[in-house]
Amino acid sequence: MAAHAIYDADEAAEIIGSLKGLEGPLLPILHALQERFGHISDEAVRQIAGELNLTRAEVYGVVTFYHDFHKEPHGRHVLKVCRAEACQAAGSDAVADALEKALGIKFGETTGDGQVTLEAVYCLGLCATAPSAMLDRRIVGRLNEAKIGKLVEETRL
Amino acid sequence: MTRVFIPLDSFAVACGADEIAEEFELLNTERGLSLDIVRNGSRGMAWLEPLIEVETNDGRIAYGPVEPGEVASLIDAGILSGGEHEKRIGKVEEHPFFARQIRMTFKRCGVTDPLSLDDYKAHGGLKGLERAIDIGPEAVVAEVTESGLRGRGGAGFPTGIKWKTVAGAEGARKYIVANADEGDSGTFADRMIMEGDPYCLIEGMAIAGVATGATKGYIYLRSEYPVAIDVMNEAIRRAREAGVLGAAMLGSAHAFDIEVRVGAGAYVCGEETSLLDSLEGKRGQVRFKPPLPAIQGLFGMPTVINNVISLASTPEILAQGAQAYKELGMGRSRGTIPIQIGGNVKHGGLLEVPFGLTLGEIVEDLCGGTASGRPVRAVQVGGPLGAYFPVSLFDTPFDYEAFAAKDGLIGHAGVVIFDDTVDMMSQARFAFEFCAIESCGKCTPCRVGAVRGYETMKKIMDGERPAENLAVIEDLCNTMKFGSLCALGGFTPYPVVSAMRHFPEDFHGTPMSVAAE
Repeated sequence: MAAHAIYDADEAAEIIGSLKGLEGPLLPILHALQERFGHISDEAVRQIAGELNLTRAEVYGVVTFYHDFHKEPHGRHVLKVCRAEACQAAGSDAVADALEKALGIKFGETTGDGQVTLEAVYCLGLCATAPSAMLDRRIVGRLNEAKIGKLVEETRL
Repeated sequence: MTRVFIPLDSFAVACGADEIAEEFELLNTERGLSLDIVRNGSRGMAWLEPLIEVETNDGRIAYGPVEPGEVASLIDAGILSGGEHEKRIGKVEEHPFFARQIRMTFKRCGVTDPLSLDDYKAHGGLKGLERAIDIGPEAVVAEVTESGLRGRGGAGFPTGIKWKTVAGAEGARKYIVANADEGDSGTFADRMIMEGDPYCLIEGMAIAGVATGATKGYIYLRSEYPVAIDVMNEAIRRAREAGVLGAAMLGSAHAFDIEVRVGAGAYVCGEETSLLDSLEGKRGQVRFKPPLPAIQGLFGMPTVINNVISLASTPEILAQGAQAYKELGMGRSRGTIPIQIGGNVKHGGLLEVPFGLTLGEIVEDLCGGTASGRPVRAVQVGGPLGAYFPVSLFDTPFDYEAFAAKDGLIGHAGVVIFDDTVDMMSQARFAFEFCAIESCGKCTPCRVGAVRGYETMKKIMDGERPAENLAVIEDLCNTMKFGSLCALGGFTPYPVVSAMRHFPEDFHGTPMSVAAE
């Protein structure tokens, strides 16, 4: 899990500056800013728009189009559970229910203590070791009761 | 020195391969075992992952599935000399799952160290690119066209013709884009080749560069594949350092470089024109065609946009010649296809076989049916936009045209198995739900149709006028199929209609008109 910094306009300018020379730099910039600051704030949208000579509406449109980008801070951990067909066939609906219960939140929500955000993902490419999930950047396959319990424990760290 | 192979492939890593590698490292130091630990790709036998291989005098002996915590006991049992153990698989090549395959595109995957260029060359790598540079652009296009290779992303468009169009198009610069936004559930071939043999994709893109005069390549790689992103980036760095990529590719007059761009979780960006918009930094919305991307693609320039497997198939075609590739397959589906089997499957993974095996041979004979041990009820072929096939259609051969004739599609060749506990009405509803979540919103049939379809399917589930509402669904599917801008809205009817047609008993016992056909 990455510890996120408080938004800093100078640092953001540096990140944007280092990437704006790329062809089509907006997605790489959004990824980099989100990785550093945890989310894409209004302030970030304004700054990116200024640097790339785009309207704020254009940047906002891109941020809201993609599932990966979010305008509000997420939990310290993000747990993504695959809800697509191959995992469904291997019992992922029960996994999803168990995780919702254990964490006390629904998909798309963050726990009250800000520890973890639970999200659906549509395919991690682990379809032959289903059901699967991804905690932050770590992938987990063949989910069973024991592994679910361990995942929940990890989200509390 | 004993070489031990521990996959770095996501299948293996998701089941503890990193921990297992650490255990090997630790014991190597503690016991002075003089092990050479290689992190290889996956052999494709996913149910056996993590599959560890030990190089012995008698060849590479495999053990699997190894679990974290049991390395010491495996070593104690003598696996380093190929000893007996209940997890001993023996030689991978002799395993029945592997023995029936013909590996061309995946011939190195799992065999070599994915990041070693020397290993790559020692196993036939770069021969295709060398030959491409040697014979020149026109001959390369002719060779790929002659091979009969068709786009492995799903559309099945002849790759050579696409390349020819780009080669003939005028532009200040040209691009090669690898579509690595492998979002279809049940597919992982792109991921496996990028993790297990990344230079193969690099070489394929470079060959496309030679063929068309493009100098820049992008790999649009989905963010859900963290391992593939790392491996691909490192491989590109090393390829650049070795002069495989750069201003003078392999010392030739051709310049070519590649950059990885990470997606942002939008399924629709697997559609080629929305992928291009996304690369340009826009919302990933589908473009109208024409103009074709081959004429006006990325930043308005002539662009080859191919699936990862299409590109990764070309090094072998160039190295061995079109004839060797073309001889495999059936009908107009030439060569091999990496079939991926997942879901509720006993022996899931990746099989590279010539086109023509029947669905039944794949599901029952090679993969052993379901993991649950219950009867197979349905298989979905081609991802979330592919049709559900019942067991009665298991005689359908794996071939683009044969699947189309049964109102299905091969897509990216993913096969997801469901046992008899599946409720097909829920699956049909999910198809609409998924389309609603992932629709780019540009065209009305997809944007509104998916939501209406989901709502209507829910009504049927609640027992609300099922016959009338099924007729609404049928009508809606017709509109979506013929009125949508791209395959997301256009193909969502495949899983829905196939579920209704082949499994009418799940739709509250009221078969609709199409079901009677």
